[in-house]
Amino acid sequence: MEFDFAAEQPKFLMLMYGLIAFVAVVGGLLLLLDVVPSFFARRREAQLVAASASGAPLPRRRKQGEGAFAFFFLLPTLLLLAIGLVVPAIRTTLLSFMDSGSNDWVGLDNYRWMFAEDSIVRVLINTLIWVLLVPLVATGFGLIYAVLVDKARFEAVAKSLIFLPMAISFVGASIIWKFVYAYRGEGDQIGLLNQIVVSLGGEPKQWLLDSPLNTFLLIVIMVWIQAGFAMVVLSAAIKAIPADIVEAARLDGTTPWQMFWRITMPSIRPALIVVVVTLSIATLKVFDIVRTATNGNYDTNVIATEMYNQAFRYQENGQGSALAVFLFILVIPIVIYQIRNLRKQREG
Amino acid sequence: MTTATPTVGVGAQATEPTTRGARVRKRLNSRTATLVSIVIAVLWTIPTFGLFISSIRPENEIKTTGWWTFFSNPQITLENYQEVLFSRGSSGQLASYFINSLAITIPSVLFPLAFASLAAYALAWMNFKGRDWVYIGIFALQIVPLQMALVPLLRFFSTGVTVAGVQIMPAWDLVDEQKFAQVWFAHTCFALPFAVFLLHNFISQLPGDLMEAARVDGATHPKIFRTIVLPLITPALAAFGIFQFLWVWNDLLVALIFAGGGDETAPMTVRLAELAGTRGNEWQRLTAGAFVSIVVPLVVFLSLQRFFVRGLLAGSVKG
Repeated sequence: MEFDFAAEQPKFLMLMYGLIAFVAVVGGLLLLLDVVPSFFARRREAQLVAASASGAPLPRRRKQGEGAFAFFFLLPTLLLLAIGLVVPAIRTTLLSFMDSGSNDWVGLDNYRWMFAEDSIVRVLINTLIWVLLVPLVATGFGLIYAVLVDKARFEAVAKSLIFLPMAISFVGASIIWKFVYAYRGEGDQIGLLNQIVVSLGGEPKQWLLDSPLNTFLLIVIMVWIQAGFAMVVLSAAIKAIPADIVEAARLDGTTPWQMFWRITMPSIRPALIVVVVTLSIATLKVFDIVRTATNGNYDTNVIATEMYNQAFRYQENGQGSALAVFLFILVIPIVIYQIRNLRKQREG
Repeated sequence: MTTATPTVGVGAQATEPTTRGARVRKRLNSRTATLVSIVIAVLWTIPTFGLFISSIRPENEIKTTGWWTFFSNPQITLENYQEVLFSRGSSGQLASYFINSLAITIPSVLFPLAFASLAAYALAWMNFKGRDWVYIGIFALQIVPLQMALVPLLRFFSTGVTVAGVQIMPAWDLVDEQKFAQVWFAHTCFALPFAVFLLHNFISQLPGDLMEAARVDGATHPKIFRTIVLPLITPALAAFGIFQFLWVWNDLLVALIFAGGGDETAPMTVRLAELAGTRGNEWQRLTAGAFVSIVVPLVVFLSLQRFFVRGLLAGSVKG
């Protein structure tokens, strides 16, 4: 074993510093908030005692505002959000109107470039395919499965089998599926997909090099991961359907098919919308799968990977920022739709 | 009631023959249902299963035969794990990256957990001006894709803050393992909007009488927070903790940008993505490596699934 444990020690030291910083910051904050007010309380008590002893009128109690307390409770969060999200998001928007070195203003050039460059148009189309397919297919599988295993004998086990991929990293999932798609020129196939093709009498092929099929094969990975999420949320929604409605429908002699379309679907509509919206947003930002499986080659690039390439590999800050802003713009209508939907729901 | 009885009787008589047909159809239905659900379950499990089987086969076997031949010719070895975890240089050294993943994940879970619960408490139970606006602002930040923050945040770390030519904050200038701090910082910032939202959902639903009683007894906010609120929201803390743990442990993008690619700071995901790119045919390493990275979240996930599901439902359905 050549592994040198001593070489790893600085990391543990750093981790310890991190934990000490955590205890110091959080503990310090709580202590500060604990000690200061009790100091004032004690002083006030002393004043009261002194006042009552001397027979003077009691000092009026000032109306205690909670603003100061709230400020300290909120301070770390607001500070970090400002530094880490708000200011950077504004700066990114500004950078998207500047050139690659962020020195000169170039107006809308970066956005024009996005729609003029063939490779970027391809990226946008790919992203569109992702966003159209993943939420629908993943929700479809999740819904079918949730309905089928509902009240089945091994429901808990059956559900965790589908749910498990959610715990696996996108990188791990991509490797798992790359192995399924693996190709060997001669001899036995080691990839399951090619083996199936061969045993059906077909020719094995290099799946991930074959555009546009490869984009769909990558989408399979995302569906595989996200179907579990859809299944869990929808399953909970199905279980929340009032039992008397189901019972009444059953007494009326509805078939399972009618039951599904007339009872289940309308009842879980809100949950369905939430799932589709959440998956759409997650899919828009998909990065890891494409980067691990093909690194964006062979026409599989999507916005998030292209944004990374532009900003961090080619140092094209302007174009990278424009892509990020475009991603943000794409998310907005989805979110507005969800908010309106929620409001409608709340009003009944 | 009495008028209803005959109709029920008639109905039962009338449907007598059809129920048998319906029963047969129902059984068939449930049989197809079982079949379809089994097919889906197998489809969802086989890829992971194949990866695991492959990771314990000898290198030569993995590269020349399919993993399904394992059952006719079982050969088991742990050499792949040995190699990918401990061998030096370009072939693996995953143990080193495993430690990086740990060092990145633990503080990245703790910081947002603490800050967000403080903020959520203030937003739920303190009275101050503009409270609702602050909450709506934090809530709205959830929709900002983290891609929007990457370039400027990296610049913030590398060059500091300069306003009108005056250096307000110096660059962080971190080297080697110190870069963990950048990753913690980035992950904490990105996690806060969702964390505040999720915890606020729980904290605001605590009974108001409890808070009122404590206030009357003279308890200060920090005291209420520590002694009453924290113990009551443990399930919510667990839910968010698991969320954040899985998110950080499995993250590639943030680590790629803020941790760099070296073995001093890069987590396992970065290393695996690199191996998959440069050594795409070294399946003995990839399979074993992928499995190593999967094991920890899988254990956490399976043991704490209950909390995770609860958090998922609270976060997505309510919001």
